[in-house]
Amino acid sequence: MAPSKYDWPVAGERSLIGTRVSRVDGPAKTSGQAKYTLDLVPPGMLYGKMLKSPYALAKITALDVSAAKSMPGVKAVHVIQDVGTTIQWAGDEIVAVAATTEGEAEDALRAIKIEYQPLPHLVTEEDLSQVGTRGKLGEEQRMGDPDKAFSDPEAVISEGFYGVPVITHCCLEPHGDIAAWNGDQLEVHASTQAVTGLVGQFAEGLQIPASTVRVICQYIGGGFGSKFQADRWGMVSARLSKAAGAPVKLMLERDAEQMVAGCRPSTFANVSVAATKDGTLTGWKSQSWGTGGVGGAGVPPLPYVVRIPNQAKRHTAVSTNIGPARAWRAPNHPQACAITMTALDDLAAKLKMDPIAFYRKNAALLGDRSANYMEEFTKGAELAEWDKHWHPRGAGSSGPIKRGLGVSLHTWGGAGHACICRMRIQPDGAVEFEMSTQDLGTGTRTIMLMVAGETLGLPIEAITLNIGDSKYPAGGASGGSTTVGGVSSATRRTAIDALDQLFAAVAPSLGATADQLEAVGGQIRVKGAPGKALPWKQACAKLGVHAIEASNKNPGPGALISSGVGGVQIADVSVDTETGQVTMNRMVAVQDCGLVIDIKTAESQVFGALIMGVGYALFEEKIMDRATGRMLNPNMEFYKLAGLGDVGELRVHMMTGPGYDERGVIGLGEPPVISPGAAISNAVANAIGVRVSTLPLTPDKVLAALEKGASA
Amino acid sequence: MAKNKNGSGFSRRKFLKGVGVGTGALSAGLLSPAETLSHAGGALAFGTPQGPGAVPITLHINGQAHRLSVEPRVTLLDALRMDLEITGAKRVCDRGTCGACSMLLDGKVIYGCSMLAIDAQGHEITTVEGLSHNGRPHPLMTAFVAHDGQQCGFCTPGFIVASKAFLDRTPHPTREQVNHGLGGNLCRCGTYHGIREAVLDVGNPTGKAKTGGQAHGAL
Repeated sequence: MAPSKYDWPVAGERSLIGTRVSRVDGPAKTSGQAKYTLDLVPPGMLYGKMLKSPYALAKITALDVSAAKSMPGVKAVHVIQDVGTTIQWAGDEIVAVAATTEGEAEDALRAIKIEYQPLPHLVTEEDLSQVGTRGKLGEEQRMGDPDKAFSDPEAVISEGFYGVPVITHCCLEPHGDIAAWNGDQLEVHASTQAVTGLVGQFAEGLQIPASTVRVICQYIGGGFGSKFQADRWGMVSARLSKAAGAPVKLMLERDAEQMVAGCRPSTFANVSVAATKDGTLTGWKSQSWGTGGVGGAGVPPLPYVVRIPNQAKRHTAVSTNIGPARAWRAPNHPQACAITMTALDDLAAKLKMDPIAFYRKNAALLGDRSANYMEEFTKGAELAEWDKHWHPRGAGSSGPIKRGLGVSLHTWGGAGHACICRMRIQPDGAVEFEMSTQDLGTGTRTIMLMVAGETLGLPIEAITLNIGDSKYPAGGASGGSTTVGGVSSATRRTAIDALDQLFAAVAPSLGATADQLEAVGGQIRVKGAPGKALPWKQACAKLGVHAIEASNKNPGPGALISSGVGGVQIADVSVDTETGQVTMNRMVAVQDCGLVIDIKTAESQVFGALIMGVGYALFEEKIMDRATGRMLNPNMEFYKLAGLGDVGELRVHMMTGPGYDERGVIGLGEPPVISPGAAISNAVANAIGVRVSTLPLTPDKVLAALEKGASA
Repeated sequence: MAKNKNGSGFSRRKFLKGVGVGTGALSAGLLSPAETLSHAGGALAFGTPQGPGAVPITLHINGQAHRLSVEPRVTLLDALRMDLEITGAKRVCDRGTCGACSMLLDGKVIYGCSMLAIDAQGHEITTVEGLSHNGRPHPLMTAFVAHDGQQCGFCTPGFIVASKAFLDRTPHPTREQVNHGLGGNLCRCGTYHGIREAVLDVGNPTGKAKTGGQAHGAL
């Protein structure tokens, strides 16, 4: 196959790619000038508020909104779920109002008369014996001969119970939008991970042509997988706006954000693992279950990464009356990882093996990225000072403070979503390009500008990028670590096409053919003849009166992106055995993601993932009240995020260079957030000598595990 | 058959609404003047019930006086964001936990969600917008950009303001002091690493910060 003209510059010929560039929207964000959906106040805007169900499962038996309609400042009332409807979770929306101020809207909600018939709900699932008919037992999946593996008299078998509860997304900017009509044209400012995708959702939901819908999102205050949908409140804001004849902002309150707009499904499992005496894995058995609300949840990929030859596994999806599941960074992987890598760690401890040596022993079972993992173990062990600080389980210091190290590994796909880029080069040298994508804070704007600048031989300051508006060519949803692959490859192809047009226009002036030209350092020049060059502006002047317009997309020709990464993480903790308090000393992440465009923002993704990981490992849980069916911590004082002092020292190493760069660009949002739960749980087990079965590793559970261990 | 129980039946707004009306009741002589003074921050005219309708107030924000009309239940944060469109301070938890609404009141950092607008009269309020001078960013902003102390950016203005107040009282902090001193602000994307480096950088421009004792002396 002939080499494609669409490729990445090789090492040594890159001016921007692989360097450390500060994010281009940093100044707007740090100065407070960046305007998020929550910040916008278009003229005449009304505030929308929604009446929420206090019951987890109930039938609406009476509803009267007449008093609310006549409250001061109220401009529109919309019944979302009427009498006869059965509510499936607490916090579900029933009536929406739009009023001149937030206070008036809330007053109006209090004037609504409603009656419910509460029904028996289920909101907890950790104890599978209590879920009754709400659990749906899946087919058993078998591979090899698990019974033989476990009945082998020589086998070393470890059994345990492990689990990860439901957590929330807790986006700092809540879900929601501002809807405004201009005649039959709908304009929506939304806090969304899918600017392009929302157009079709609004069109379908409101039964209007997609050509009449425009969606805008310049800045989004966190999504993490929870903001792909227009959602019910999106439709409601549009309907309220239509009825009131004014823009309506309808964004969730913090309690609703926690109750209904963020839910990572739980997974619990009873696991048995078998190995030969030398540590070679032979068998896996698991009975797992979990919930993601009424619809249950996906089946986690157990056992995770490690291809144990003989397996028997069965999963029960539990339907509960909690808010519905949403994708949370690396859907299903953190749960599968936390269960697999803790179960394997317990087996390694039973075998009296160093867990890194255990994984090396089983390298043949680690799939395509096995060699990568081995390199990452070496680097991770060095950064974590593994040889100095690791000790056999529970064999640390004798005082009340116990230190321990734990390790985990993870994988993810990546690739790139479908998207279209459009670029114009003006005769005056101005370069502008655009796509209807969004920057979640991952650095999408920055890497797109870096790719354009790299290709055109220009500094990023010389290029204008427009995103965050559906009037631009279609972008993909930012999910599954597919954004960087999509936007970087589409931008690269488009910029190469634009440059080809420029070369054709400039070539005669330089006495060369177009294919002899290159764009480097703000010049168009003849390859190998540095004297024969034109500065960018003069080169563009050769276009005469016609600007260049180029457009290209992903997928497309050329090996610009690929898929499949591996990462290794090591946690270093101290556990106070008198209080149960776990303190993070250090987290080490070693991660590959192919060709890294911006080292700085890539590292930030990993730092952020480690910090989110510390949060769900130590603090986070959506706590449901069995009696009332309500979430007990729909706020931020009792739904605990990690604070600055909770995260310890963080060390990030990106695997780059030969063997990695050639793979092209691969996404990074998901992979590094997968391992922290397992790594931290393993570090705690290493420190105190017993396993704390479920995350989060709160002091009460640590003390309970110690007590159980002492009496065992 | 249960009657309307809208949510928990208790919200910050309802609580503050009560406080707003109550301030008038206090002023009407239910409590001693001293108690009234301490409660109202001395900014209100005694004996004049406030609300429940909108009342005219004056707020001094970033060196400028703003006259506006707000209901007494409206928080300082909401008055800035909704009435004046000064939106650098963000509303996130809305109950004094996350620090996204951090702003300065007479130079001291406060949570704007936890103070009534009417009580902020007579004080000098500084938001993140007030830290840039003639378009020149505050050194902390430059450092946050350089160390990538932001991702989605929603917590960032609050962190900038809190960091400014922190450095004002701790000009040359250690790592441990930063960990402790910025404990009143939360980030979801996980930008603490960059924030910590940025604040240490501004506080110790000539070199590395002294490292405080690590937890348990473990490292």
